[in-house]
Amino acid sequence: MNKKLINVLIDGTAMSVPEGTTIMDAAEGLGIHIPRLCYHPDLSLAGSCRVCVVDVKGMGYYMPSCSVKVWEGMEIQTNSPEIRQARRDIVELLLDNHNWDCQTCERDGSCELQNLAYTMGVRRRHFEGERKQFPIETSSHSVVRDPERCILCGRCVRVCAEIQGVNNLSQHGRGFRTYVAPAHGANMDDSVCIQCGQCINVCPTAAFLEKRSTGDVWRALSDPQVHVVIQTAPSIRAAIGEGFGLEPGTPATGRMITALRRLGFDAVFDTNFGADLTIVEEAHEFLTRLEGGGPLPMITSCSPGWINFLEKFYPELIPHASTCKSPMSMLSTLAKTYYAQKTGLDPQKIFVVAVMPCVAKKFEARRPEHYMTPEIPYTDAVLTTRELIWMIKCYGISFAQLPDGEFDSPLGLSSGAADIFGTTGGVLEATLRAAAELVTGKPADRLDFTEVRAVEGLRETYVAIGDRAVHVGVANGLVNGKILLDKIKEGKEQFHVIEIMACPGGCVGGGGQPYPPAGVKVLDPELLRKRAGALYSIDKSKVLRKSYENPAIEEVYDQFLDGPGTEKAHELLHTHYHAREPRGIR
Amino acid sequence: MSTISTDNWSQIEAEANAALTEPIVQYIHECRQSSEPASHLISVLHKVQAHFGFLGAKQLDAVAQLLQVPAAKVAGVASFYHYFRLQPRGKFIINICLGTACYVKGADRVAQKVMDELGITWGETTKDGVFTLEAARCLGTCGLAPVIMIGDVVHPTVTPDQVPVILEQYLERVRKQAGS
Repeated sequence: MNKKLINVLIDGTAMSVPEGTTIMDAAEGLGIHIPRLCYHPDLSLAGSCRVCVVDVKGMGYYMPSCSVKVWEGMEIQTNSPEIRQARRDIVELLLDNHNWDCQTCERDGSCELQNLAYTMGVRRRHFEGERKQFPIETSSHSVVRDPERCILCGRCVRVCAEIQGVNNLSQHGRGFRTYVAPAHGANMDDSVCIQCGQCINVCPTAAFLEKRSTGDVWRALSDPQVHVVIQTAPSIRAAIGEGFGLEPGTPATGRMITALRRLGFDAVFDTNFGADLTIVEEAHEFLTRLEGGGPLPMITSCSPGWINFLEKFYPELIPHASTCKSPMSMLSTLAKTYYAQKTGLDPQKIFVVAVMPCVAKKFEARRPEHYMTPEIPYTDAVLTTRELIWMIKCYGISFAQLPDGEFDSPLGLSSGAADIFGTTGGVLEATLRAAAELVTGKPADRLDFTEVRAVEGLRETYVAIGDRAVHVGVANGLVNGKILLDKIKEGKEQFHVIEIMACPGGCVGGGGQPYPPAGVKVLDPELLRKRAGALYSIDKSKVLRKSYENPAIEEVYDQFLDGPGTEKAHELLHTHYHAREPRGIR
Repeated sequence: MSTISTDNWSQIEAEANAALTEPIVQYIHECRQSSEPASHLISVLHKVQAHFGFLGAKQLDAVAQLLQVPAAKVAGVASFYHYFRLQPRGKFIINICLGTACYVKGADRVAQKVMDELGITWGETTKDGVFTLEAARCLGTCGLAPVIMIGDVVHPTVTPDQVPVILEQYLERVRKQAGS
């Protein structure tokens, strides 16, 4: 449907734009970038920061260009000494109620407020009045909330509600004392928070951050008694380069491995190995369910944010979740059992670090189910991609110039099916590659299941496996997840297998991934596509592309686990979930 | 109207019902029939406060569940409006007039004496739950300045010295009631 065109005059240039276009978008068409702060194209309009004000002739006051739609004959001035002064004043007022510690802040250099203040020309701070004072909330395993750094733009509130459907955050109080928190100011872990960390991603400052684990890792590395093992999730290699100025989408597996060796890790393993193992176990579980063991659909369980969501919002669907541990937890388990046995190391002396694109993994690592004994966790510390980037910089490693390294055996070899775990649809695609062979007993006639790559967030389709049409669903972002979950509950359509990832785009858009480079918005679909592209290119470049063909997997089954789906495999590689309080409102 | 289908809904509903009163629960059910149940949130909160005198976390969570509005949102709305109180109020509300006439006649000294005696400040309630201290902006009896109101009783031309005596009258009433 063609929309009516509206004629406007922007900075003296006449243009026609479709009805309903905002001033900001219209100006963008002329190459005019109006500064902004609370605005995010994927979220609803808040119009709360007022940074994007423009002068509309005849109005008598400046209007926010993000939320005002053009009208016929509108004359807009986006730039003048007065408008620039007004924007500078607005940013100054935000700064006046904000911390004065940029140099020591986690977001130094990547802070949107800092960047904006510089761009707007704030060169000194005029008012030293009262500033808001709130305690920092650090009780969560994953997410730290620091209301003093908050500028009340409301992006976290919106992402939590509109992308994740969790609605854990809200602004409380009014005026000077307003702060963002869960209901009743509850701690993050005691609220309906699912620890996905998207609030961290969209926060322009450092009001939300991951709970830091770098201190524990440095300590372990400097202890000669401790054997420090590290594993890196599939999506790290696709994003870590961004932290060192590499073009987004540059695969950096080899350089990452070399950097980890220089940091002093005793063994560098690949979470991909865990992913291949997950696929073998999950394909087995799926076929057992398909052969009548039910319940169907089976839902993937790799994403800990999704698992938290399941336990707090849809606990009645817990039987549908695959009991397979996540690739991280599978690999950590094997590091302290299989690898310890093979090397003769005392599991108590092994310190397992996992680099994850995710902050919910920090929570997963502390779940009692993932402890070897009440004192020994399988995963000792989880670092986000951001934390690892910082450690590499802190150590003084020129990442971009590093030669390529290789993962250590036995937990370092993986197939291309494992690499694509890091992007939406990847786990399902890897499962289908395996299941196709298991069902037909013949080598799969195809490896790419592009129809499940749900870049838009939600996809439902049928995939032929043997003579069976398998009904599959893929969702990323839990608002999309809810749509599939409600369909399961309604029971009108029979799905066979569903992949759900908590974060937009899957792990490539995880809550622990690098903040985007300057000029690129958070969660930019193009950025996520580039990261995913890196994973698909790694998959394509590998000779091994199916989890079953991974000889290291065969070896662990032969030597240690007595084969797929056995009692021992079950004991070590599977887990369980339970309903948790407080229950969220869907 | 969205369907409620939490796994443990009967338990959640029972707890929510117990935290509120029958008429309030009934009212929320009526609100749920409308096309925009969430738009009735404020009127529901009015009813809850009218009955309980304040909005406790338990009541707010109950409203959230029965109205199916996220708890963070309910708590956010409740904490935004000055009218809504999140803490229980005392048996007696002390309103000290800080209007111009009372102020020039020494209302600030009276207020300070009340705070010293009770160990609370504006908006707070004593630990024993007897008094809540509030500021009034002219009670319309400037001829009697400085004025304080306790409950609905007006105390005219109060001096700081009289404060302990006045407060004692109310404490005595509370003690008598407790004894009887």
